[in-house]
Amino acid sequence: MKRTRTLTALVTIGALGLMMSGCGSDDGSSPSAAGFVAPDLPQKESLGAGEGAVSILSWAGYAEKDWVEPFEKATGCKATVKTFNTSDEAVKLMTDGGYDVVSASGDASLRLIAAGTVEPVNTDLVPNYADVYPFLKDKAWNSVDGQMYGIPHGYGANLLMWNTDKVKPAPTDWSIVFDGASAYSGKVTAYDSPIYIADAALYLMNTQPDLGIKDPYALDKDQLAAAVDLLKMQKEHVGEYWSDYAKEQSAFKTGDSVVGTTWQVIASLAEGEGTKVKAILPDSGSTGWSDTWMVATKSEHKNCAYQWLNEIISPKANAAVAQYFGESPANGKACALAEKGFCETYHAGDASYAEKIHYWTTPTSSCLDGRTDVKCTTYQEWTQAWTEIKG
Amino acid sequence: MILSRTAKAALAAVTGLVLLVIYAPLALVVVNSFNTSRSFSWPPDGFTTKWWNVAWRNTEVRDALGLSLQVAAVSTVISLVLGTMAALALQRYRFFGRDAVSLLIILPIALPGIVTGLAFQSLFKSMLGIDLGFWTIVVAHATFCIVTVFNNVLARLRRVGGNLEEASMDLGAGTFTTFRLVTFPMLRSALLAGGLLAFALSFDEIIVTTFTSGTSRTLPIWILDHMFRPNDAPVVNVVAAALIFASIIPIWIAQRLSQGNELVGAKT
Amino acid sequence: MLWLGVAYLVALGGLFVTAFWTTNEFSNTLVRVWNTDNFEQLFTLDVYRTITLRTIGVAVAVTVIDAIVAFPIALFMAKVASQRWQRIMLIAVLMPLWASYLVKAYAWRAMFSSTGPVNSLLDPLGLHLGYGLPATVITLAYLWLPYMILPMFAGLERVPDSVLEASADLGARGGTTLRRVILPILAPAVFAGSIFTFSLTLGDYIAVKIVGGTNQLLGNAVYDSALTGSNLPFAAALATIPVVIMLVYLAAVRRTGALDEL
Repeated sequence: MKRTRTLTALVTIGALGLMMSGCGSDDGSSPSAAGFVAPDLPQKESLGAGEGAVSILSWAGYAEKDWVEPFEKATGCKATVKTFNTSDEAVKLMTDGGYDVVSASGDASLRLIAAGTVEPVNTDLVPNYADVYPFLKDKAWNSVDGQMYGIPHGYGANLLMWNTDKVKPAPTDWSIVFDGASAYSGKVTAYDSPIYIADAALYLMNTQPDLGIKDPYALDKDQLAAAVDLLKMQKEHVGEYWSDYAKEQSAFKTGDSVVGTTWQVIASLAEGEGTKVKAILPDSGSTGWSDTWMVATKSEHKNCAYQWLNEIISPKANAAVAQYFGESPANGKACALAEKGFCETYHAGDASYAEKIHYWTTPTSSCLDGRTDVKCTTYQEWTQAWTEIKG
Repeated sequence: MILSRTAKAALAAVTGLVLLVIYAPLALVVVNSFNTSRSFSWPPDGFTTKWWNVAWRNTEVRDALGLSLQVAAVSTVISLVLGTMAALALQRYRFFGRDAVSLLIILPIALPGIVTGLAFQSLFKSMLGIDLGFWTIVVAHATFCIVTVFNNVLARLRRVGGNLEEASMDLGAGTFTTFRLVTFPMLRSALLAGGLLAFALSFDEIIVTTFTSGTSRTLPIWILDHMFRPNDAPVVNVVAAALIFASIIPIWIAQRLSQGNELVGAKT
Repeated sequence: MLWLGVAYLVALGGLFVTAFWTTNEFSNTLVRVWNTDNFEQLFTLDVYRTITLRTIGVAVAVTVIDAIVAFPIALFMAKVASQRWQRIMLIAVLMPLWASYLVKAYAWRAMFSSTGPVNSLLDPLGLHLGYGLPATVITLAYLWLPYMILPMFAGLERVPDSVLEASADLGARGGTTLRRVILPILAPAVFAGSIFTFSLTLGDYIAVKIVGGTNQLLGNAVYDSALTGSNLPFAAALATIPVVIMLVYLAAVRRTGALDEL
């Protein structure tokens, strides 16, 4: 029972962290120090010899053989890789311990920081950090008071894609999959995950200001209900939801879907196959993701861990990961090594493009937009709402 | 035989049609493994053997295949041993709760895979604190595979009765000798039938495996992971097509061994 | 010997108990506070009744289709085909079991696409069968068909030819023999097969995602709660629905002797 209590305490701190950090999540500024007590942990001051081993906890696709093996050869750090599929799983595994580094998304990073599971990262010891795009540094989801807790690794946006033969005139914003969806009834597609509710919330934020949505990941009961209603209306026109590359790609190819949300990688693949599609990031913005590599406080292989951090954002590895996973690299120099035109396609380094992305964050009961007078809806409530939307 | 010539012809026609429908999607898979397109769609764009090359060199596929074969083999052996013992016990001895035991053996296959998977996951992770891996998959698979062996053996025992074994015992053979020389040969084709179905069930199982495999990847899990990445989807087609061809081997061997029609399901 | 069975029961029991707990919002760890909120939600929200009914409907449809399709082929194998052909056909029926389930489901996705073979055939007739419930039923019926053919074949094989001949000698025509002699003997085998088709359909969440359009079945709801939402207690509560359905079904078919035919 003791363990449970400790966990509860950690979680409470985590909640505070999330709440405070939420203030800045829109414009990406650092969270205010007030109320957020990140455990006082020292950062590493100098690098020593590698320990010969490193245990990597990674999103599927972030630590593949093609760039892990060269790393092992170059550093002598034998890497063991464990992959996870959800941020919750990552937090659970990191808390259990045994891993040296982790690739955390915005909805996991602050929980890890607040719990003291990961420690501040001395970016001076990561030479390649200098080449990371400035707009990814010192952000709400990877730093506290100007102290970085990890190394930004890559990011991407959820785009609006349509079949250029079937959808005319070309859409410019998300209204075509919401209010205007009836025009392509039965051929609209959407991402099959509760987090897609944020896409609807973002649309409402832009089109119905009186709902008072400030952050698509901070929805109180009424705001969630509005988003759910919108999605239920949308469902009438959805042919199918997609959850993986292949499903959406084939649906666009056969014409079963003609308009909907997508990732750049799918759009590129579909185009490569001769499907007539176009994908844009509408001016009104979109949802997306940004991931960070962090170091475990209790790691016994910190030298190897830092070497991994440096390796993964080295131009070569960063280019390989970005291309394998289908996202923008964090290191601009990776672009020279990536396939021709890759970085242009993914808008790598385009700060004004990146600004339009509302990065995925797990909704929690303390509102991420800083409101304290209401309770917001949690991801579990979103999950149930998603089941209800699909009916 | 009561069936008229017309009835037989009609039956043959319907059977042919059903087989055609059964094999149409499989043919599609084989055709698609030679399709130049990266996505699984129809009609195919062009012909290539590139994917077969890529798949052949893919070590992950080989690892996953190896794991799947091991899991299926071990689960099958466990099922054979436990299923036979359970059937012998239930046939020979009347004891309290006999029906309950037989229901218990049937339950894992009769309850939906997602329930079995969730139940095992919470047993292993929350209650026992075991790391998920090879043995957790094996235990989960063996649990729902036992029933195939159990039912085949039980049906055989009911048919042959216990006379031969009694005779053997009367002639002075011990329990073990009797099992080796009398019971086992009697059960051989039933074991083969049950074992083969158990192997197939385990080999292609995905739902229970999803919940009990942790980070180990059996072939179906590998396929699930990679089906959804467009760069790998063609390789998945190749693997599936190869599996279809390869499946002839164990079935053929089993047919030869059973020397008759007593293969899976034939419990007469 | 019974260790697996006991482990299974303990696991099931544990899962059922979990249904009365709740989770901590941030860590997703279980909070062991006894409550019935999960079941209240289950019974008060319409969506779960809709999904349950839809799932049962699909399971029934799949079972009926499989029984109808499996009967002629099983009859042919058991009573018409020569020994040699019987063997070949057994192989033919068993082989698809080895081809990956996922790949077969994806093959049906291609079959039902707008440009796929099914719609190429239907288009001239002015029909269209896209992704949706009918496609789901057909795909699942396809996937589980061998599980229905095998017990039916075994059941039919056991019907001695002499019984059929006696029926014919006594003046019964083919149809009458079928109805009065074959079907009663076959019933347990059909129910045995239906246990497979029912339980497999109730637990499936993958095929419906691939060909089901926007539809979801019970399996999806359980999966989403457990993995996407990390809400094991609610998933456990949801999982009791298919368990209850299957237990009721098992109890119902038990009298027919179906459980010996699996």
